[in-house]
Amino acid sequence: MLKAMLGEAWHAMGANRLRTVLTMLGMVIGVGSVVLMMAIGQGAQYAVAQTISTLGSNLYILISGSTSAGGLRSGGGGGPTLTVADADAIAELDGVSQVAPMQQGTQQLVHGANNWSSTVVGTTPAYFDARSWTIVSGYPFGDSDVRAATRVALIGQTAADNLFGADDPLGKTIRIRQSPFVIIGVLGKKGQNLDGRDQDDTVIIPLTTAQRKVFGNPFPGSVRLIMVQAHSAEAMPAVEKSMTALLRQRHRLREEQDNDFYLRNLAAAADSAAETTRVMSLLLGAIASVSLLVGGIGIMNIMLVSVTERTREIGIRMAIGARQKDIRAQFLLEALIISVAGCLIGLVFGVLGALSINAVTDMVIVISGGSVLVAFAVAAGIGIFFGFYPARRAAALDPIEALRHQ
Amino acid sequence: MAQAIVRVVALGKSYPTAAGPFPALRGVDLAIEPGEFVAIMGPSGSGKSTFMNLLGCLDTPTSGDYFLAGRNVAHMGKDKLAVLRNRTIGFVFQGFNLLPRMTLEDNVALPLVYSGIGRDERRALARLELGRVGLSDYAASLPSRISGGQQQRVAIARALVNAPQLILADEPTGNLDSHTSDEIMTLFAALNDEGITLIVVTHEPDIAAHARRQVRFLDGLMVSDLPTPARRAGQARSAC
Ligand SMILES: Nc1ncnc2c1ncn2[C@@H]1O[C@H](COP(=O)(O)OP(=O)(O)OP(=O)(O)O)[C@@H](O)[C@H]1O
Ligand SMILES: [Mg+2]
Repeated sequence: MLKAMLGEAWHAMGANRLRTVLTMLGMVIGVGSVVLMMAIGQGAQYAVAQTISTLGSNLYILISGSTSAGGLRSGGGGGPTLTVADADAIAELDGVSQVAPMQQGTQQLVHGANNWSSTVVGTTPAYFDARSWTIVSGYPFGDSDVRAATRVALIGQTAADNLFGADDPLGKTIRIRQSPFVIIGVLGKKGQNLDGRDQDDTVIIPLTTAQRKVFGNPFPGSVRLIMVQAHSAEAMPAVEKSMTALLRQRHRLREEQDNDFYLRNLAAAADSAAETTRVMSLLLGAIASVSLLVGGIGIMNIMLVSVTERTREIGIRMAIGARQKDIRAQFLLEALIISVAGCLIGLVFGVLGALSINAVTDMVIVISGGSVLVAFAVAAGIGIFFGFYPARRAAALDPIEALRHQ
Repeated sequence: MAQAIVRVVALGKSYPTAAGPFPALRGVDLAIEPGEFVAIMGPSGSGKSTFMNLLGCLDTPTSGDYFLAGRNVAHMGKDKLAVLRNRTIGFVFQGFNLLPRMTLEDNVALPLVYSGIGRDERRALARLELGRVGLSDYAASLPSRISGGQQQRVAIARALVNAPQLILADEPTGNLDSHTSDEIMTLFAALNDEGITLIVVTHEPDIAAHARRQVRFLDGLMVSDLPTPARRAGQARSAC
């Protein structure tokens, strides 16, 4: 029975080939664009997830205000409000795993005849752990280097490429503000951060050395930035609270006074970036779904035309014994074939489109089995949904009226 | 006397119209035995087609009862009626009503699709019936390739394919010339000789003369029910 019906559906569709193909085209475009848009959206999500994983997890950045006034005033003439002692105190708090005081700025790096401007970070060994930064060759500096203010440096991939080209930077000397630094390690590659800045364009040196030789610091013991890592995402709210309380107490801030530091939650920033791309990819999918809907309406339209055109045929079939469900199944099957075939072709085009975007741009495109499955289920659903009404109309025809139809 | 294949009792049918219900049939009583060949005659609008639609289970009466092979079908549901049309009744229409995109063989086999019969058996039965109406050679042709008389033969083959107990034909020769009409009626008579029960609506006395019994309608009522005169004289083939 089903085989006979399939054959008949094939026949009916073949009788109006152009119309069938055009109707299918609606589904092809719909499914194709859904697959493509989902691939682009998921690609963007994947790229952001990759970036987030390079930032280090559960991080806070404390940014100091200035001492010139009671309130917080950026760019003031006074010294930074945060100190290395603050950092040490924070390290004692529950739920805190790493604390790294930092001083950073852009500096000219010189090696032989090569010049390169890069971000120089002065910090403590905790920084490498907090940022989960791998070291591909050499080793990181230790606490003794910070105490003794040794002139050692770890270099990021981009800075290394620009200063040393294909040479191995390990053991070579670079100059920052006339001071020579020996490169003791090369950092692993991280790529861009969420703002699109190249994280590998950097040099990391001990905090003390940075303050004395590179940036200069008229306020000994103070720092502009402290990076704090919590044990876990769950611990973050508690850490934030106790850290703020600790700093206010250490800075002797009165109840009515504002904080003299900023606290920036990098995890939240990462979350919001992930959320933004998630919403964007949903939006892309939703826009593409509209074309799928239009394709579905096209199927319904054509099926209604087909029912009207074939009213007499329906009457004949009923007269020789077709039950309502037989007629309904016949038209439903046709709608389903059109939508599923259109879906398959659309899938192929969508995947080809995604692959070609992948080939010609550096955009990340991810085609998941899930999105393919969703597109397929939606197409079948559309076939049934938009085919049902015409099929029901066909089945509800009165045999005598239908037979009289010209 | 065998059980009547068709027995209608006070059968009535009204159509709803803008001016209120219009009674197209106003209480018809009739019984038809298996093996009969009945012609239904009457002027236009007398209710012949209405009556045939009721007999064919395409429609249900507004009053009275209809016993088809002993079962009262007057109040049956649509799907049960569809099954009866499929198994018990064969239709032949004035306009042939073949499906234009299907081959003749597929047209003849179509009722079997709805009886759930497998493809090979459908094919064999369809070829058998096409042979019975003398069109074996055209099995793979499309309806548009053959003459009207041939199309009506195919329609008869389709009506026969499910071995129904009753064949209904509403003006089967209405679209045919007199020679072809005669051929079709001869075919009907031959089928009747094989024991098939036939009810044929016609305007023409020549056509009705092929039947053994003639029933007349007027204004929704049956006004006469007589054996065909020639037959009564004992000139016809005998199959009783
Ligand atoms: N669906 C309908 N709605 C309203 N009136 C109808 C309907 N079908 C038939 N009639 C009316 O019922 C009466 C009988 O119609 P019917 O078709 O049975 O006549 P008939 O004897 O077959 O005529 P003909 O010889 O012209 O075919 C006619 O007056 C017709 O107008
Ligand atoms: Mg009529």
